[in-house]
Amino acid sequence: MASLIAGGIDCDVHPAVPHLTSLLPYLNDYWRDQVTTRGMVDLVSQSYPQNSPITARPDWRPETGKPGESLEAMQRHVLDPFQLKHAICNPLYGVQMVFSEDMQAAFCRGLNDWLVKEWLDRDPRLRGSIVIPTQSVEKAVAEIERCAQDERFVQVLMLVMGDTPLGKRALWPIYEAAERLELPVGIHAGSAYHNPPTAVGWGSYHIEDYVGQAQAFQTQLTSLIVEGVFVKYPRLKMVMLESGVSWISPYLWRLHKFWRGARMETPWVDRAPLDIVRSNIRFSLQPFDAPPDEATLNRLFEHMQSDELVLFSTDYPHWQFDGPDALPEGLSPDLVRKIMIDNPHATYPRLT
Amino acid sequence: MNIQFRENQEAASPLTVKTAIADCDIHPARATRTELYPYLAKRWQHHLEVYGVHAYQGMMEGPPYPKAQPNASRRDAYPPEGGPQGSSLSFMQKQLLDPNNVQLGVLNPLGTGQGIRNHELSAALCSAINDWQIDKWTSKDKRLKASIVVGNEDGLSAAAEIRERAGDKNFVQVLLLSRNVEPLGQRRYWPIYQAAEEAGLPVGVHAFGFGGNPITPSGWPSYYIEEMVGHSQCQQSALASLVLEGVFERFPKLKMVMIEAGFGWAPSLAWRLDKVWQRLRSEVPHVKRPPSEYIREQVWWTTQPMEDPERREDLFDVINWIGWDRLLFATDYPHWDYDEPSRVLPAGVSEANREAFYLGNARKLYGIA
Repeated sequence: MASLIAGGIDCDVHPAVPHLTSLLPYLNDYWRDQVTTRGMVDLVSQSYPQNSPITARPDWRPETGKPGESLEAMQRHVLDPFQLKHAICNPLYGVQMVFSEDMQAAFCRGLNDWLVKEWLDRDPRLRGSIVIPTQSVEKAVAEIERCAQDERFVQVLMLVMGDTPLGKRALWPIYEAAERLELPVGIHAGSAYHNPPTAVGWGSYHIEDYVGQAQAFQTQLTSLIVEGVFVKYPRLKMVMLESGVSWISPYLWRLHKFWRGARMETPWVDRAPLDIVRSNIRFSLQPFDAPPDEATLNRLFEHMQSDELVLFSTDYPHWQFDGPDALPEGLSPDLVRKIMIDNPHATYPRLT
Repeated sequence: MNIQFRENQEAASPLTVKTAIADCDIHPARATRTELYPYLAKRWQHHLEVYGVHAYQGMMEGPPYPKAQPNASRRDAYPPEGGPQGSSLSFMQKQLLDPNNVQLGVLNPLGTGQGIRNHELSAALCSAINDWQIDKWTSKDKRLKASIVVGNEDGLSAAAEIRERAGDKNFVQVLLLSRNVEPLGQRRYWPIYQAAEEAGLPVGVHAFGFGGNPITPSGWPSYYIEEMVGHSQCQQSALASLVLEGVFERFPKLKMVMIEAGFGWAPSLAWRLDKVWQRLRSEVPHVKRPPSEYIREQVWWTTQPMEDPERREDLFDVINWIGWDRLLFATDYPHWDYDEPSRVLPAGVSEANREAFYLGNARKLYGIA
């Protein structure tokens, strides 16, 4: 077990919205009235059923309420024992599933304001991600610009499975705003369920949806790279959150091969996909989906040919590891420092 | 990949007197649009002329994403007598089988009776393509073996087609495509696995196909390259479904071959399945063992298109994790992303592994002496 070091950055923690009614103070009169008179229920995504083992580590699961809804618990479980300098809050509330762009914009605004008041204002170690209403690119950009005035927002947050592939040109104003405001775009596991959660249709089980997140990340990287997002926005960083790590190199070997064979179709992609990933894409550490042996781990990092790709994360309160074992077996002290401190700082300019 | 035009294929091939190989993914094509008509009832001939095949995609002809080459095939593979690439046995012998010393060639006809919304038509076309494989190919060249193409969306008629062909030595596997209406582990497909297991035939799952689902879980992408790369994600989801629905548990003698979807992803997928299964196994109590065990015992992979690391020896790690006994060499002839037999393996492979990779594994799996 590699030793953790103090002062690290946890790039993926999940504060939970206790209930849709928790956002009422942050909604205007119209939307408050809509929520109550229409009897809207809590927006819990089936990506993370509340009682699923993956949704909370047994010793992080509260006796009542949602895992991750208490700041005091987050402090006791991760911020204090891991001696973190910062933790980046990525709320996974089901606002992305909403179809109406007006409703989604109101809920995202409420969610972001809730995060400021109930979390960022209450612990100086916390930083936030801006949740955006992707049903309207115009409203998404406006929300980014509104929240970015608060320097504690360090990232824009989107889900890996939405309405369209993420490279699509219609979404580019989001990336323009993010690059301009020095905000990486975090792409987190999860689906809006506006499309089947696998490319071969609807599976039967929650476990299939979860395994399938890794394939979703792969298709999104292809889209982002071949559409030319990083040609247009070369300073834009994107962070794959809760994506898994062990698929990265073999996936890139395949993309690289087809890029060489079919690059006449997307001639603007003027650098090899491997190079684009090294300069513009990062991955959070957990879940580290490889066997717990040092030899395999070393080969996986060797295949990446870079020690800059991975950023420390606990994925709190999701159950990815036990006890203090957030770092997989076999990382050298140098690599631990890169993953826990140097790489996050290089990725998030707003972290100071 | 080989997209250069070669004037003299025989002289260019470095394997002229070399090791015998198996080619586990060859795509035979029809020379004319109506070549299957002699095997189809008049009713279906008429139906095709009036309504077409009515697939799970919008185009009457051709693929939704235009390919990188005509028919996705090598420009040097047009037969001298005319017709599309892959439609002439004599030219296939001259260009592929003879110079590469192919001892076993497995035929996987694409664009035939699968992915069609009218399931009765699908069954009729599949039966026709199976007869056609015997008449045009396997009866004329004993190196070639056919795949039983089945109407994938109707498990019962597919199983009937498998039972009808079972025991016929012209056929060495059942052929499915990765993209169907539902993930391949779903119950509607179980009669296919049951019949294949009874017949002692592996089920090959070839990349591609149409089931109406977008090729990403976020909708339809823009480019052909996204579809091409995406086939490996489709295959991963299909294999995850097979494991998690308990298909391997229920059909323990079933063997499956992942065809033309790469294999580099296999260790990562198996690790991820194992890790998540440890957490969530109470949801799938029918999956009794770690997923990687089913995969290790019951799944094979064809090699083309081989992943292409900058440092080619990195591929050895992945092959070691999968097992040298599980890879089946394939060229994908006549398609444009053809893998040249002499160039796919980096140096430094033991003789035994090399023999298994090129020929031994395929012989054993397909029961060819």
